[in-house]
This record gives sequence, C-alpha cells and structure tokens, in this order.
Amino acid sequence: MKKLFFEYSVEAGNFTKAGDASSNFKKVLKQLNVDPQVIKRIVVALYEGEVNIVAHSVGGNIFCNIDPKSVNLILKDDGPGIPDINKAMQVGFSTASAKVREMGFGAGMGLVNMKNNVDFLKIESEMGKGTKVELTVNL
Amino acid sequence: MIISDIVEILKADVICGHEYLNREVKNVVASDLMSDVLTINSDQLLLLTGLSNIQTIRTAEMSDIQCVVLVRNKKASPEIIDLAEENGIVLIECEHSTYKSCGLLFQEGLKSIY
Ligand SMILES: Nc1ncnc2c1ncn2[C@@H]1O[C@H](COP(=O)(O)OP(=O)(O)OP(=O)(O)O)[C@@H](O)[C@H]1O
Ligand SMILES: [Mg+2]
Repeated sequence: MKKLFFEYSVEAGNFTKAGDASSNFKKVLKQLNVDPQVIKRIVVALYEGEVNIVAHSVGGNIFCNIDPKSVNLILKDDGPGIPDINKAMQVGFSTASAKVREMGFGAGMGLVNMKNNVDFLKIESEMGKGTKVELTVNL
Repeated sequence: MIISDIVEILKADVICGHEYLNREVKNVVASDLMSDVLTINSDQLLLLTGLSNIQTIRTAEMSDIQCVVLVRNKKASPEIIDLAEENGIVLIECEHSTYKSCGLLFQEGLKSIY
C-alpha cells in the first residue's frame, strides 16, 4: 500500500452533511482492503471528531494520511477552542446545544470513545484560535 | 434469527433493503442516543431507535450496523431512505413502542448486548 492523502472541509452546524467525510474515508479504507474491525475503529473515531467540529466549532478541516503501517488523522478547527481539555475528556461532560442533543448527540462520551478506539490521541486547543485533534491507528 | 423474522415479529414495514432480509441478527441495542450506539462493539447488531434523522443512518454506517428499526411510528424521510439504500442498510418502520418492540424480540430469543 503506498502513501495516500485526503482532505475534507467540515461545516459548522450542518447536521445534514455531518459524517460525509467519515463516510467517504470509510469507502477509501474498504477499497484498500483494510481489516473491517480496524476500519470500524478508525471511522468511529473520525466520525466522533467530525461531529464535534460540526457541533462545537466554527468549522474546520480533516487531513487523512494513510501509509503502509498506520492511518493518521488530523482534525483542525478554527475555534472557539476547549477551555479545559481534562474536563472535556470526562465522560458525561458536554456543552452541546439543544439542537445537537436533538440529533442524538451530546452525552459527553465522544472524546473518550475516540481514545478507546485509537492507538494514539493528542488534543491541543487554544481559546480563540481552535482545536487540533490528532489520532493514529496502526494497521 | 434473520431480518425477515424480525419484520414478522414486529409486524413492521420494510422501507428499503428488501434484498438483504436474509441477513443474520444476533444482538439488539435500543437507544435514541447515537453517542451511546457509537461505543458498542458487536457484530450482527440491530439498532432499534425512535430517532429518525440522517445521523441515525450515519451512525449505523460507521458502526457496521446493517439493520435499523424505527419504532414508535417514526417515519423515514426520503433523504434518510436514500442514505440507507446507498449504504446497504435495511430500514424498517414499526408502530410499537420501544418497550414493546424490545419485549417482543427478547421473547423470541434475541439477546441484549450486555
Ligand atoms: N472541536 C471542539 N471545539 C470546541 N469544543 C469541543 C470540541 N470537541 C469537543 N469539545 C468540547 O468537549 C466536550 C466533550 O466532547 P465529547 O465529544 O466528549 O462529548 P459531546 O460532543 O458533548 O457529546 P457526544 O460526543 O457524546 O455526542 C463538548 O461538549 C465540548 O464542550
Ligand atoms: Mg462529541
């Protein structure tokens, strides 16, 4: 498998399009014959991150790198940032709006679920600037 | 149990995915919370939900859930049906409450995930 790169833009607040990037990337991984169990871990983590950008940010981009040994994803948004990452990582902590909850999200479980599905996770955030979530799943 | 058995037990309507009704179902999860559904790791899983929106189908797609039952007489919009079709997901509508649907399926031997 050679190195491949994909980029997606993610619109804030658009719950019709939320998941389009994850769906597209899942099709790519399927075509590359990645183990279905591994695909599921990657796309669940990616989808959690994509929905977070839609639900909690002003919008952002997703950068996906595939190489023979791993899949590396970078989810970057342009704000508002996460004030306390440790708090955000706690199960049950959520600032999700009523609209987000109506869509079936906002339980404060997403970041933890991301962590449970990946081999490496790093979250960096600066208030007013944005959040960068980087994760890797080994193939 | 296969999906067509479930359709019969629930006296439900198949909205799309008629070609996949012989798929095997082993476990059931009932939830309106997609955050919860996304944490489940189980195969041949059926999702029973009263939440009918695009993200219900996206969640099923990411979680490899091949059959979604909309309970409480919830209807699928054309957009939802298109997305389910595109992903080979069987979509079923049923008039029973969540509780009754679960009860009927449990009685017939379908297991809960935990
Ligand atoms: N990209 C982001 N930008 C700003 N805040 C974020 C971002 N991602 C997460 N957060 C904050 O962290 C909290 C916890 O996120 P997490 O994904 O764990 O739960 P949730 O999105 O609220 O609900 P769930 O993911 O269970 O549907 C969010 O409620 C939000 O306050
Ligand atoms: Mg989330």
